[in-house]
Amino acid sequence: MIEVNGLVKNYGAKCAVAGVSFRVNRGDILGFLGPNGAGKSTTMKMIAGYLRPDEGTASVGGIDVTADPVAVKRQLGYLPENAPAYPEMTVEEFLGFIAEVRGYRSTAAKRSQVDFALARTQLDAVRKQTIETLSKGYKQRVGFAQALLHDPVALVLDEPTDGLDPNQKNEVRALIKSMAVEKAVILSTHILEEVDAICTRVIIIAQGRLIVDETPAQLRARAPGMRLDEIFRDLTRSKV
Amino acid sequence: MNQITPIFKREFLGYFRTPVAYVFLVAFLTLSVSLAFSRYGGFFKAGSAEMDSYFTFFPWLFLFIVPAVGMRLWSEEKRSGTAELLFTLPITILDAVLGKFLAGWAFLALAVLLSFPMALTVAYLGKPDWGVIATNYVGAILMAGGYLGVCALTSALTKNQVVSFVLSLVACAALLFLGYSSFTEVLEGVLPIAVADALANFSFITHFEPFTQGIIDPKDVVFFLSLIGFTLFLNVVALER
Ligand SMILES: Nc1ncnc2c1ncn2[C@@H]1O[C@H](COP(=O)(O)OP(=O)(O)OP(=O)(O)O)[C@@H](O)[C@H]1O
Ligand SMILES: [Mg+2]
Repeated sequence: MIEVNGLVKNYGAKCAVAGVSFRVNRGDILGFLGPNGAGKSTTMKMIAGYLRPDEGTASVGGIDVTADPVAVKRQLGYLPENAPAYPEMTVEEFLGFIAEVRGYRSTAAKRSQVDFALARTQLDAVRKQTIETLSKGYKQRVGFAQALLHDPVALVLDEPTDGLDPNQKNEVRALIKSMAVEKAVILSTHILEEVDAICTRVIIIAQGRLIVDETPAQLRARAPGMRLDEIFRDLTRSKV
Repeated sequence: MNQITPIFKREFLGYFRTPVAYVFLVAFLTLSVSLAFSRYGGFFKAGSAEMDSYFTFFPWLFLFIVPAVGMRLWSEEKRSGTAELLFTLPITILDAVLGKFLAGWAFLALAVLLSFPMALTVAYLGKPDWGVIATNYVGAILMAGGYLGVCALTSALTKNQVVSFVLSLVACAALLFLGYSSFTEVLEGVLPIAVADALANFSFITHFEPFTQGIIDPKDVVFFLSLIGFTLFLNVVALER
C-alpha cells in the first residue's frame, strides 16, 4: 500500500534522509523508530507530500507522490508532529473544515464524518471548545481525529501517542490496532513497548539510514533476555 | 478548483474568530473618515457633494492597512505549523493561494464598503454623482487587491510576521512612490527617461486617480488585475518546495 524507494532529503549540506526504502502492506502496522534527528519526521513528510524528495520515490496505493500529490493526499491520513491545528477554531469547526476539504460538502455528510471522528477519539465533550484552550493531550487527539476523519486506506502518524496519558495511550493503540485490519499504518514513536504492543513490523533508522526492518519478535531474538531499549541502544550506538 | 471554497470560508471567517477583524474595521473607518474631515481632506470645505476627499487618501491608508491584513496570510501558517497540515490535504498550492487571497480581498472590500454611510451622508447633503461614487468604490477595491497581492507574496517569504509586515510596507511604498513626480524626476536622473517613464506606469496612484474622477479606463483595470495575477503566480512559486 505504501512503498518507499531510496528516499533522499538534504537540508543544505546536511543529509537528513539518506536512501530509505521499505513497504507497508494492508493490515500492517509499521513502527518507525530512531533516535532524535534520525530523519523519521522528514521521511514521513515526504510520504505525505509536504516535502519533495531529492531522490527516490514514495507511493501510496500505487500512485507516486511527486507525480500526483493530490490523489495521494486524498487517500492518506497524516498526523504531523505536534498535531498542528488552527488555534482560534473550535474542535467542531476545525474538523468541519477538514471534512469540507475532504469533499464532504453537504451538511449531513459533513456532520456524520465529524461525529465519526469525534467519537473515535473521544472528543465529544470538548467539541465546542476552541483548540487553543485544550490541553496538550486533547490537541494531540484533535490531530488524530483530523487524520482519520475520512477513514483513509493509509495512515501516517508522527508520534501519535505523544503527550497522552497512560489510559489514552492504550485507547489510541487499541484504536489503531482495530483500524489497521484494512489499512496500512506507519507510526513513529519513542516508546518501545508500543512497538511490542501493536506493531507488526519495526523499522529503525539512524542518521538517515535504515538499520533494521523486521518483526518485533525478530528484534527481540537479536539478544534474548535483553530489554528492547537495550537492543535499541546497541543498534543505534554502533552506527554513531 | 472547487477546493477553493472551504479554504476561502475558513480564512474569511477566521478574521472574525479573533479580535483582528473588529479592531481592523474600526481603525480603518476611524482613520479614513477622520482624514476626510481633516484640514487636508476638506470634506466640508469642498462645498460640493462629492466623495473625492474621502477616497484621495486611500493609496496612503492602504499602505499601512493592507500589510496589516496580509502579513499573517502565510507567515502565521508557517510559524504555527498549520502549513504542513494545509499542504497535506488534497488541495493544490494554487487552490490555497487563491482561497486565502480571495478571503483577504473580500475582507478588505467589506472594510471599504462599510464606508457607505458616508455616501448616504453626501447624498443627504447634496446631489452627488452616483456614477463617480461607484467608480471610486470599484477603484478602491481593485487597488486593495493589488496591494494585497504584494503583501500575500511577501508573507509567503517568511515565517516572521514583523518581517512580513515591513517587507510588505517597503514593497507597497515603492509601488506608491513611483507615481510621484518628484520621485520620478530622481529616477530620471539615474535611469534612462524611457525606463523611468515605464516604471512610473507601475504606480498605484497613476492607476487609481482616474477612478476618483469617475473614469474606468480598461488599462487601469488591467493593471490592477495583472498585478494581482503576477503576484499570485509568484506566491505559488514561493510556496512550492
Ligand atoms: N527545516 C529544516 N532545516 C534544516 N534541517 C532540518 C530541518 N528539518 C529537519 N532538519 C534536520 O534533519 C534531521 C532529521 O530531522 P527529523 O525531524 O526528520 O528527525 P526525527 O527523526 O523526526 O527526530 P525526532 O525524534 O526528534 O522527532 C535533523 O538533524 C534535523 O536537525
Ligand atoms: Mg520527528
